[in-house]
Amino acid sequence: MIPRGFEYFAPHTLDEAVSLLGKLGQEAKILSGGQSLIPMMKLRLATPPYIIDINRIPNLNYVSESNGFLRIGALARESDLEVSPTIISRYPILMDTTSVIADPLVRNQATVCGNLAHGDPANDHPATMLALGASLIAVGPGGAREIPIEGFFTGLFTTALQPDEILKEIKIPIPAPSSGGAYLKLERKVGDYATAGVAVQISLNGAGVCQRAGIGLTNVGFSPLKAKNAEAFLAGKTLDDATIKQAAELAAGEAQPIDDIRGPAEYKRDLVRVLTARALNRAFKRSKGGA
Amino acid sequence: MAKIGIKVRVNGIERAAEVEPRLLLVHFLRENLRLTGTHIGCDTSHCGACTVVLDGRAIKSCTIFAVQADGREILTVEGLEQDGKLHALQEGFFQEHGLQCGYCTPGMLMTGYAFLKSNSNPTEDEIRHAISGNLCRCTGYVNIVKAYQHAAAKLRDGGER
Repeated sequence: MIPRGFEYFAPHTLDEAVSLLGKLGQEAKILSGGQSLIPMMKLRLATPPYIIDINRIPNLNYVSESNGFLRIGALARESDLEVSPTIISRYPILMDTTSVIADPLVRNQATVCGNLAHGDPANDHPATMLALGASLIAVGPGGAREIPIEGFFTGLFTTALQPDEILKEIKIPIPAPSSGGAYLKLERKVGDYATAGVAVQISLNGAGVCQRAGIGLTNVGFSPLKAKNAEAFLAGKTLDDATIKQAAELAAGEAQPIDDIRGPAEYKRDLVRVLTARALNRAFKRSKGGA
Repeated sequence: MAKIGIKVRVNGIERAAEVEPRLLLVHFLRENLRLTGTHIGCDTSHCGACTVVLDGRAIKSCTIFAVQADGREILTVEGLEQDGKLHALQEGFFQEHGLQCGYCTPGMLMTGYAFLKSNSNPTEDEIRHAISGNLCRCTGYVNIVKAYQHAAAKLRDGGER
């Protein structure tokens, strides 16, 4: 399959990329990992007349902690997370997530930022970033602005990024001590989108009481969902079996699945319940130093 | 659309060409360079038959444009054999009967080449994880795993590539 012809630009600075984007207009597409964009172009679901390839821009492939935040740059590949000592030792939820995205070959090209900017409710990082309370740095002609993740996904394949903006960085608050997270996904086979997926991140105080809970849901709505009722319910509670069970039921109630080839809506809703309970249990274990 | 000049080092040889931006890397390798060892299987980023090694990382050459490889280094299956000697992975596939129809084999070899550089003594689980983006419809993967293990042992003992 051969994409429709396009004009190709490969800027060497972010400023140059932003000014190209401003000049070429909203029909231009940013190419980073290309693992969603290029398949769409081959199927001619996307036929952008201009491609701005940002892969030649240096110093955008970072995964590092600074000033209270974990920062993931626009060109950090999924496989960069998998080998990052910071991620391996301190962010098991991100290891969970990246390791179930597509397959190892795709992950060598695919970027974490692209996984968000694509705005696909079936992608995995959106739920995880919702759970972690991330924010996103977008750069446009007027400079950089910060977008809280809760306001980023505005609809199916639609995000708060303006046509003249580029997603430059994901900024994740470094979790407090006694925090833990997990991402669980059911997929029919390697490389498939989630039938359903659940991301959970919790922080406990010294007495084991939940101070903050973040829960994100994958592929059970027209955009990635934040299970706000379940989150609010968990705050101030001790995570015993009954609490976890009730939170899981709340999260299932917040899912908005539809019937499709991956299963009927009610099956997926129940899957959210089961995965939420399992993710909460795993996050709880991890908050106490377990695997 | 205007063509763009690119220079790519393929199997150690500098190749220059004028290409349309929409030309996929796999088409550049097969049609411009006539290196037809790299196969096109699904053409939808699933099967891994088109896997090549780009700057040390195994990638699907059907899901990247040739212009993106400008100034970079590619290894294809044709580059594995050196001075008439098979690479340890090729020998492993031969010895352990790691193929039947052979269609997925170039991709399996290139994934293995990059993988064994980062993990010289892999477990069966690690191998199966590494090849999860390469589909084989003949072998059931059993002998492919053995072929990787054969190659890993040989590379460890011999200190070869």
